[in-house]
Amino acid sequence: MSVVPISYYLVLSAVLFGLGAVAVVFKRNIITIFMAIELMLNAVNLAFVAFARAHGQLDGLVFVFFVIVVAAAEATVGLAIVITIMHNRQTLNVERVNLLKF
Amino acid sequence: MSIPFLLFFICAFISVLGAVLLILAREPIHSALSLILVMMSLAVLYLLLGAEFIAAVQIIVYAGAIMVLFVFVIMLLNAGFEERTDWSKIAKVVGLPFSFFLLLAIAHFLSRSDIGRVVANGAGAPSNGAVSTRALSMALFQQYLFPFEATSILILVAILGAWILGRKDE
Repeated sequence: MSVVPISYYLVLSAVLFGLGAVAVVFKRNIITIFMAIELMLNAVNLAFVAFARAHGQLDGLVFVFFVIVVAAAEATVGLAIVITIMHNRQTLNVERVNLLKF
Repeated sequence: MSIPFLLFFICAFISVLGAVLLILAREPIHSALSLILVMMSLAVLYLLLGAEFIAAVQIIVYAGAIMVLFVFVIMLLNAGFEERTDWSKIAKVVGLPFSFFLLLAIAHFLSRSDIGRVVANGAGAPSNGAVSTRALSMALFQQYLFPFEATSILILVAILGAWILGRKDE
């Protein structure tokens, strides 16, 4: 049914990954940086699904499943860290959270 | 122009638009909502690629669970307007050009590679396009049984980590 070449999906995946990288560099809010990381994971998932489709194999889809599970675990722990930072420093700006120990 | 093409370009446009809005938005809640937009359009793209199970998981787990967690934390911490500090020089001078260079390089090599020319229903693709959920679950619970069990332990560790980080200091 689908007649879209795989390279279109891959280029879209690259564009989304690049935009995610730009957001990680430029955003100052720690929650938004986390969301940009999620955006990059999504872009990689799209590439995985496109490659799985191109090769006609299931392994890529299984990998996407695992990436989603790991992203869920990462979001849980990361947001707990964000809440702890907010309690300790009263700011979400990453420029004010530049010490490992204080 | 056929319908899959049209659908692809609409969804691709919406997802790139959502990603740009994520960068431009000043309030974290607007970034979160535009990220949900990206995830929804990616789910449609997964359907277009014939991965219906992944599309469902994308909506349920990503747009449903993870982003609700994000929105919940944003509202809990009352994260309002983003403070604009002086943009760091390194981010401006080095970061932006390098990010765009990375993007251009990846897109260039992908569009020139052999695999990129494969049309999605070419030889080797599953018969009518859709990868059946049955075949995927067979692979998940037979060939990939050990990684599957390992991820359940990973989630257990994540629960414990969130609890340790979130509890009150005595």
